[in-house]
Amino acid sequence: MSDTLADELSDDAIVLHADASDWRSAVRIAGDALVATGSTTDEYTAEMIRAVEELGPYIVIAPSIALAHSRPSPAVLKTGLSWVSLATPVEFGHSANDPVRLIVGLAAVDHDSHLATMSNLAGVLSGDLDRLLEATSAEQLREIIRENTQ
Amino acid sequence: MKIVAVCGMGIGTSVLLKMNAEKVLRTLGVDADVEAADIGVARGMARDAQIVLTSEEFADEIGEVPANVIIIDNFFDLEEITAKLKAALPE
Repeated sequence: MSDTLADELSDDAIVLHADASDWRSAVRIAGDALVATGSTTDEYTAEMIRAVEELGPYIVIAPSIALAHSRPSPAVLKTGLSWVSLATPVEFGHSANDPVRLIVGLAAVDHDSHLATMSNLAGVLSGDLDRLLEATSAEQLREIIRENTQ
Repeated sequence: MKIVAVCGMGIGTSVLLKMNAEKVLRTLGVDADVEAADIGVARGMARDAQIVLTSEEFADEIGEVPANVIIIDNFFDLEEITAKLKAALPE
């Protein structure tokens, strides 16, 4: 796999400055983007929302950042990522990391095939989040991600 | 030494925790085996682990285990992970 994170995020996978009224609608936008790229079915979006309802807002893994995902299931057609920045931050109810400004949607077919992507993602997201959030076009976002990928 | 990184599904957050914990352990020169687990199997895996890394939501659910359960707030903050791991590592 020579794909970098930037190449994996097609235009369909990126929604910038989205309007979300609450965390459910924010996760739904990330899920819809996964559906648009052919990675998942609508059922996976419902599974991502159910995961937070059942297990709590643990997907808010760092200040301002949520990693929306569920487990591998028939609703996952192929491994994929989506990227949703929000016009207005939403609360997930996390004690340390609210409010959330970026939702990364993740779908994986198994436990291992997406590890390189996760490693790239960790590198990019530990960088300058403000710059990533300021991107106004998918191409600009990919450019910033490329600059932050080693 | 065995360390278990625990999250809800075992594919996303625990994988990030595992990768960043391994990065920190390399820097510290500590030899440890880090595994990612979902909350369903975590209790069993934690039984013979020395350290469990997880988020606040799962710390209670893991329950009574001999392992030292550490809560990480920011999964990308290597300084936080370093400080908390250092405090938990045996001398």
